[in-house]
Amino acid sequence: MSAAIETRSLRKVYSPSNVVAIDSLDLTVGDGEFFGLLGPNGAGKTTTVGILTTRVRPTAGEAVVAGTNVATAPAAVRRRIGVVPQRPNPDRGLTVIENLVFHASYFGVPRAEAARRGGQLLERLGIADKRDAKVDALSGGQQQRLMIARALTHEPRVLFLDEPTVGLDPQARLGLWEILRELHKQGRTIVMTTHYMEEAEQLCDRLAIIDQGKLLALDTPAQLKAQAPGETIVDVTFDADASVVAGAAGALDGVSKAAARGPMLQVFSRRGGEIIPALIAAGEANGRAVRDIHLSRPSLETLFISLTGRKLS
Amino acid sequence: MIDEVLAPVPPSRVFLAILLRDITVARRELPYFLIRTTMQPLMFVVVFGFILPKIGLIPGNYTQIMLPGVIALSLTLSAIQSVALPMVQDFGFTREIEDRLLAPAPIELVAIEKVVAAMLQGIVAALFVLPIARLIMGPIPGLTFRNAGLLLVATVLGGTAFSAIGLYLGTAIAPQQIGLMFSVILAPMIMFGCTYYPWAGLARVPAMKWAVLINPLVYVSEAMRAALTPGVPHMPTAAIFAALVVIIAIFLFLGLRAFDKRAMS
Repeated sequence: MSAAIETRSLRKVYSPSNVVAIDSLDLTVGDGEFFGLLGPNGAGKTTTVGILTTRVRPTAGEAVVAGTNVATAPAAVRRRIGVVPQRPNPDRGLTVIENLVFHASYFGVPRAEAARRGGQLLERLGIADKRDAKVDALSGGQQQRLMIARALTHEPRVLFLDEPTVGLDPQARLGLWEILRELHKQGRTIVMTTHYMEEAEQLCDRLAIIDQGKLLALDTPAQLKAQAPGETIVDVTFDADASVVAGAAGALDGVSKAAARGPMLQVFSRRGGEIIPALIAAGEANGRAVRDIHLSRPSLETLFISLTGRKLS
Repeated sequence: MIDEVLAPVPPSRVFLAILLRDITVARRELPYFLIRTTMQPLMFVVVFGFILPKIGLIPGNYTQIMLPGVIALSLTLSAIQSVALPMVQDFGFTREIEDRLLAPAPIELVAIEKVVAAMLQGIVAALFVLPIARLIMGPIPGLTFRNAGLLLVATVLGGTAFSAIGLYLGTAIAPQQIGLMFSVILAPMIMFGCTYYPWAGLARVPAMKWAVLINPLVYVSEAMRAALTPGVPHMPTAAIFAALVVIIAIFLFLGLRAFDKRAMS
């Protein structure tokens, strides 16, 4: 498997804030792979995609996309990639089909060929009836589809999607998943960022879990799930500081770990949700009433929590 | 289809494609564009070129003095706005320019294209105002074939200078402060830009005569004066054109730098 993307010790520090967005990131994405970057908001996903799509200058390290270095040959990289942004940014001065035809023309595609491809893409993405509409007449989901069509007009080798389903209704999300699966089947390399576990699990061949700019885990969704702790994670929110409950909770039978953060108590339970009544009792015994309870079964989500101590979204 | 040969796209081709996009959009918005950029100059034509001379408050030959200024104003106002406003909108809010920043060419090309497109829009605005001004104010002495070359150079240099200034203002000013651009920068620029009086006339206010030289509009007004009303005293054309070239160089440099800052992080 040859590499579509390779990063070595990639680092980005934004000035003047000196925020370290990503830190010594090493990633290899194979040709034809559907690769997911999973992490909460602010994890460094968008910065990573920004560097790979030549819009963010790396502070240190190297990134090669489709055999071309992003820092030394950005125009050649842009020739080879398609980008679907987090927030649709269609050209509002143009109609739907013109968005595709003009975008293709920026890549040297002759007009007639661009129109042919554009028509086909609109057909495939199910918005052919909006061909001559103004962009403003499209719904959010349709605009997102237009963004995907636009990213494909110049036949890129690697397609980048930054949180493509944020803000879409469930039906539109499923529709988009179908489209992405289809594109993947055709052999295209796809890199997608998301903070939806289910989405990452459903679509990606391999997943990189990143948080605070660092790579925490990298494997297939199945392997990652196998690494997840066997326990169910129970988050109990009390009406006041939870640290007084942590000791009692940790001593309960079936609890392997209990930690308090502010009013929240996080418990790793081998008995699943059965532990809940005992937790409530432990709280009451220490003068705390329960405000909220959240259960996470063994999954990518619990793996993520065990890696970072935080929930994904 | 994925194995399509990935030959580099010549930058000239990318440039023309982006220019064609801007021309397509501008053509669609032409009526709004003309209203936005020529309303003010046209009002001046009506008031100073028609009403005030009719009332007798100013001499009839004043139109000769102010006509080149009105044309200069149409040219420069539309050039500066045609690049500054889209820059503010695109970088501040809509991010629409992103698809062009992803074109397989150096990103500076996108900025230069905007400057060229704005210069062309400036010329369109000037061409629109010219016949109307002629109608109201009477014959324009410099509008001869012999003078066409001079007029063309003046128009292209003046338009380019102000679209370069627009590039700088549109990318360097925070979007929230764009309103300030009009009151703090454009208004004094217009008032002290020798649009309504020839620079030579400022000899009576010597401090002013030298102070206004930092105002780029002065050179465009004087260039138009040299081209359209050669009989009215004006700066030597060589000095005017040299100044405009320097202004273009300075603001292109500053504008490209600011553009890069906004486009890349």
